[in-house]
Amino acid sequence: MLRLLLRGAAGSARKNGGRGPVAHLQPLRQYSSSQSSGAAKVVAASLLTVGGGIGGTVLYAQWDHKFRATVEKNVPYSDSVFGLILGPAPQNAGPPVRKQVRKSTEASVEATQIISASGDVPSVPAPCDTEPTVVTGNTHEHCDECHPAGPEAVLHGADSPTEQLVERPAEEVSARLAQQDQDEQNSPPEEKSVQWKDLEAALMDRTSAVTDATAALQKANEALDSLRTTIRNSKDLKVAAARPLVLAAEENLHKMAVDLDRVVAQVQSAEAESKIVSQYSDLVQEAKLQFQKEVSSLTPEIQANWKGLTGKLSTDDLNALIAHAHRRIDQLNRELAEQRVREQIHIDAALQQQKLEDQRVLENAVSSSLQHVKEEARLEQERKMNELREVMEAEMRTQLRRQAAAHTDHVRDVLKVQEQELRAEAEQVLSSKLLDQETRHRQLTQEQLDNFTLDMNAAYARLKGVEEAIDSHLVAEDEARRAHQLWLSVEALNHTLKTAGAEEPSVPLDSAAQIVRDSCREDDFASALAEALPAESLSRGVYGEASLRARFNSLRSLVRRVALIDESHNSLYQYFLSYLQAALLFEDQQVAPPTQLSSEDLDPFKLLSYASYCLEHGELELAAKLVNQLKGEARRVVEDWLTEARLTLETRQVVSLLSAYANAVGLGTTQAP
Amino acid sequence: MSERELGRKLDRCLADGVIKLGTGLGLGIVFSVLFFKRHTWPISLGSGAGLGMAYSNCQNDLRSHYLLHRNQKVER
Repeated sequence: MLRLLLRGAAGSARKNGGRGPVAHLQPLRQYSSSQSSGAAKVVAASLLTVGGGIGGTVLYAQWDHKFRATVEKNVPYSDSVFGLILGPAPQNAGPPVRKQVRKSTEASVEATQIISASGDVPSVPAPCDTEPTVVTGNTHEHCDECHPAGPEAVLHGADSPTEQLVERPAEEVSARLAQQDQDEQNSPPEEKSVQWKDLEAALMDRTSAVTDATAALQKANEALDSLRTTIRNSKDLKVAAARPLVLAAEENLHKMAVDLDRVVAQVQSAEAESKIVSQYSDLVQEAKLQFQKEVSSLTPEIQANWKGLTGKLSTDDLNALIAHAHRRIDQLNRELAEQRVREQIHIDAALQQQKLEDQRVLENAVSSSLQHVKEEARLEQERKMNELREVMEAEMRTQLRRQAAAHTDHVRDVLKVQEQELRAEAEQVLSSKLLDQETRHRQLTQEQLDNFTLDMNAAYARLKGVEEAIDSHLVAEDEARRAHQLWLSVEALNHTLKTAGAEEPSVPLDSAAQIVRDSCREDDFASALAEALPAESLSRGVYGEASLRARFNSLRSLVRRVALIDESHNSLYQYFLSYLQAALLFEDQQVAPPTQLSSEDLDPFKLLSYASYCLEHGELELAAKLVNQLKGEARRVVEDWLTEARLTLETRQVVSLLSAYANAVGLGTTQAP
Repeated sequence: MSERELGRKLDRCLADGVIKLGTGLGLGIVFSVLFFKRHTWPISLGSGAGLGMAYSNCQNDLRSHYLLHRNQKVER
């Protein structure tokens, strides 16, 4: 971009030197890199104006040598460019600007004199525009040479853009006027009409050129304004990339404005200078009009261009005209005398006015140049600022990038830390909340469970109670039943005991005992008792008491007979003796036994009587005990009886125990709760 | 029945006595007839012997309970 700017600057400098149409391509190439449509417009307008400026400069230099000399003096390398395009420059020493101004003023004054001198020649007053201030070369020979080139220049001016028109026609016309002045001074009066005609033509050209110039100036101003607005818009857009282009466009705009201002200044100076002439011309025009009015008042049918009406005028009219003319001449002479008197005053006034105008022009020029300088300084500043800005921006970008990187790292770390913290916090909160919830839930469930358990326990307890009650009832009933059964079986057993006949034993107690055993399976006591029944009783049955009694009675006699027989006395003789004893001894049949047996009670006979007494009184047990006291052969004899008695007693004891037990059990079970 | 034991024994004794007496008598008679020229002493001897034997047998039989016998001894 910087290279482009430099190239643009160099190119514009070169353009000011005026390379001509060849240079047109370079600006195009340089500005081809514009990016926005605004910039394109800017570029196109700048291209046009700059190219026009260059072309105009070149062409004008070709036409006006002073101008060319000025340009060559001011712009380096322009002399070589001019030499390339236009050919070598004619050698001329350029008078300074003021001298030219004075010269032009003198020229205008001379023109006025000429016009006043040749009053009968109605002519359009010729404004003598001064040569433009930039023109350095002398006009005389230039004018001679430029004269043929003048119309061509005019034609060229028609084609070329605005500033040229502004410059060239004015310069050309002034040059032409000056030239014509000189020529007029030198030329004979016969050529004056030709000169006046030329002047007329030149004046017309000038007016047209002035109008064209104003129009062109307006257009140029408009274009510059549009360019300025475009530049401002593009500045407002603040697109960084367009800034150098904008800067270049601004510079170009500035240069164009400078040129325009310069040219406008020239035009204005020329106009100022020509004002006098224009004033004079206006006066002349006014006089002419007045004259015409007089003439027309005299001769109404005469028209303005009365040169061609010479044959149509009557003598009266002519006389009237001549008289009027004489009168006018008198008046004019009078005025001239007056004027001569007041000449100095007028000159002073004019000088003063001119001074004022010069001062104004100077002020304008100073202000415009100041503006230009300010503008240049501002542009320079802008350029420098742009460069600096770019550098700063690049640096700032890198710094910002670094900062951004650092920031992102930092932010990432902080975010990580924060994330962790937040996560920990959130987890903590979550866990605490969860714990609370859990504990609450557990509490609730526990409560529910407890309640439920309590209820269940209560119900269960009640159920258990009920069950137990039922069971106990069942058990009690079962026991009662069993007890009853036992009792029944025991009763049966008891009954079977009573089945003992007179001489036969009872029925075997086995079945009854079995029944008893069955009915008392769970009862240890009863079962033990049931087991305690002697086997003989079970298998064979027991004898009843009556049978035993009877048997004892039958035994008694035998026992009496063998009473003396024992281990030592057991011969046959003893037998005989005991028989004898038995035959001879008489004892009581029944004697109540004493509570305590003494030794003398151990006599068999006594024992027998005791035993029979006991038997008679149903005390089998005592009888058996007493009989047990027998010794010897007697004992041998009663052994079986004793066994039977013992058996019976045993059985009876067991049965009685069982029945007692069954009764007790039955009583126990049938107890009311 | 232990009470009939004595009766049985006595029956046996009696039977035995009768037999022995008879036999003895018989033998005595026989002997007296045969050998001892009808003396009465063999008859009386025989009968007495018979009777004595019977008495002794009876006595033994009646005592047998109180005496230890060889087979019992062996058992002990």
